[in-house]
Amino acid sequence: MINIGLGHYLFLAAIIFIIGVIGIFLNRKNVIIILMSIELILLAVNINLVSFSIFTHDLAGQIFTMFILTVAAAEAAIGLAIIVVYYRNKGSIRVEDISSLKG
Amino acid sequence: MEYAIIFLPLIGAIVSGFFGRFVGDRFSEIFTSFLVSISAILSFVIFYIVVAQGYANNITIFSWITSGDLQVNWSIKIDALSSTMLVVVGIVSSLVHIYSIGYMVHDECKTRFMSYLSLFTFAMLTLVTSDNFLQLFFGWEGVGLCSYLLIGFWYKKPSANAAAIKAFIVNRVGDFGFALGIFLIFYYFGTLNYSEVFAQTPYFVGKQINFLGIETSVITLTCLLLFLGCMGKSAQIFLHTWLPDAMEGPTPVSALIHAATMVTAGVFLVVRCSPMFEYSQLALNLVCIVGMTTAFFTATIALVQNDIKKIIAYSTCSQLGYMFFAAGVGAYHVAMFHLFTHAFFKALLFLGSGSVIHSFKNEQDIRLMGGVWKKLPYTWILMVIGTLALTGFPFLSGYYSKDAIIEFAYLKNSTVGFYAAAIGILTAVLTSIYSWRLLFKTFHGKYSNEKIKIDKMHESPMVMIVPLILLAVGAIGSGYLFKDLFIGHESSSEFWRNSILFLKPIIYDHPPTWLILLTPLLVIISIPISYYLFLKNKKILSKYVQSHKQIYEFLLNKWYFDELYDFVFVKPIKRLGLIFWKNGDIKTIDQFGPDGFAKLVKFFSYKAVQFQNGYIYHYALVMLVGLSILLTYLILI
Repeated sequence: MINIGLGHYLFLAAIIFIIGVIGIFLNRKNVIIILMSIELILLAVNINLVSFSIFTHDLAGQIFTMFILTVAAAEAAIGLAIIVVYYRNKGSIRVEDISSLKG
Repeated sequence: MEYAIIFLPLIGAIVSGFFGRFVGDRFSEIFTSFLVSISAILSFVIFYIVVAQGYANNITIFSWITSGDLQVNWSIKIDALSSTMLVVVGIVSSLVHIYSIGYMVHDECKTRFMSYLSLFTFAMLTLVTSDNFLQLFFGWEGVGLCSYLLIGFWYKKPSANAAAIKAFIVNRVGDFGFALGIFLIFYYFGTLNYSEVFAQTPYFVGKQINFLGIETSVITLTCLLLFLGCMGKSAQIFLHTWLPDAMEGPTPVSALIHAATMVTAGVFLVVRCSPMFEYSQLALNLVCIVGMTTAFFTATIALVQNDIKKIIAYSTCSQLGYMFFAAGVGAYHVAMFHLFTHAFFKALLFLGSGSVIHSFKNEQDIRLMGGVWKKLPYTWILMVIGTLALTGFPFLSGYYSKDAIIEFAYLKNSTVGFYAAAIGILTAVLTSIYSWRLLFKTFHGKYSNEKIKIDKMHESPMVMIVPLILLAVGAIGSGYLFKDLFIGHESSSEFWRNSILFLKPIIYDHPPTWLILLTPLLVIISIPISYYLFLKNKKILSKYVQSHKQIYEFLLNKWYFDELYDFVFVKPIKRLGLIFWKNGDIKTIDQFGPDGFAKLVKFFSYKAVQFQNGYIYHYALVMLVGLSILLTYLILI
């Protein structure tokens, strides 16, 4: 039985972070997936914070995670709301169709 | 009084020009006409005082330029010469102002027109009353400017703009010579005042100067350069091409500027500089030759033209030629006399033709007129008077002045003089023929205008007819009334005094009787001849034209002067300009200068634009890459 240490947690967090980032870049389909990827990135950060908090015996990290979860919830709500409005206006939330910033 | 003469027209010009919109068309018309008329009446008073009392005065208004030796004043010089010009300018100008009220009735820019006319009058008055060459030059350019503005008055017509530019540029050629002449005068004489220059002239008789590698005398060269300016302004041969084109302007303008006043400025200058020309026989001969050549050759052109105003314009050139050869044979006073009478009858003819054009609704081609003499009785009679006076019909004004020129040329008793007399007689006949051709084709024969029904023809309003009547009075009487004053035996001592210098005593021998009778006889005979040729039996003429097509074409195309200039000057210069424009401007300066920078910026911004494709994930990727680079950089340091 291997001993699970800080390294494993951080490794897990890094993997989730990278999945999230790649999810943003490679995603061509749906804006909701971008939101989900952002959520993943935040989770990865949370894992980092929690594991460091435990390993350094400092509760601040876990409290910080609580704040981030709150913010993430709010952010998800706002993001979904934006997407709904966007869909009403443009009739699509496909990522390829969203290019009105094109110069 | 002198101040009023000069500055009243200027006030009129300013009020009408700058405040015309506030004071209204009618007011500015009446106001300018009124001021110019006052100026004309005062000119008469001055003229009367000069004649009766030998009054001469030189009023300095203020000092204009004081720089080292150069001292120039604005001044009003009144003597016999300038007072004569004042009367000419005043009368014609005021009558043209009044006439314009009627003629320009359908035009939208009346105030602008009246303002230009008054400004012209002012410039012309400063020209004739100056006591130095610089103020003369100011007036000279002032009238040139007004001429430009008025030729191009109908600026929506491209041809009017082209004619205005042509007049301006051709005059530049002459003015270049004129300016050089003024420089030369200042260089040698150290002053520009007439009296001082002319006082010094005798001392410069033998002096030589090297000009373009040719040794000539200073006086001859100065005279020739000044005369170049006169040729430009007075439309003499080689620089005459602008005058016929200038007929694009409104007819009152043609009458005022291009017949009676501005174009005679050249003659005036030669007469004014008589103390100089008298010392240079070469310059005088050249003046004479240029004058008679112009007189003859423009008369031949006038024979075949079809535009009513162009015929009269060529006739003006021709009559100016007469004045120049009169001056060239040393008969300056006769030149002035012809200038005086010519102003009346030529303004009469122009305004008369303006009345015809007005009745025909701006039709100028005499082939499309005819048979209207009963419909336009006043205009017809007045035009007949003008034609008679122009051709030198006995006892009308042209008779006295033109015959005097021919007689003086004959009495000169030199080769040039005889030539001039012969050409003068020949030209008088030509003048008579083309004038009657104009009259017969315009007023007699068959009515041949299809656009306007003959019943619709009507006489011009009284405001146009009355000035014509006054001019007609002048055309009839000015010769008889003023001949003793201007060219009588005592004229040089009694009237002209110092204003004209005669180095040699004037010959007053009686010319042979055949000479006195010849010209009027030929002129009278040519009336029935033209009647026969242009009205009764047109076949002879058309047959002749058919068989001698080349001569006809040659004359119709004005001796191909325009084509020649086009080929020699206009086209090469245009080509040169194109080369400079295309290669120098566009391909060098613009390409590497402003356009080059603009292109560079555009190129880079185009590249930068490609980054902005609007996809958020691309932006995010760039942000991430940037962030990574930044972090790496920060960690590694």
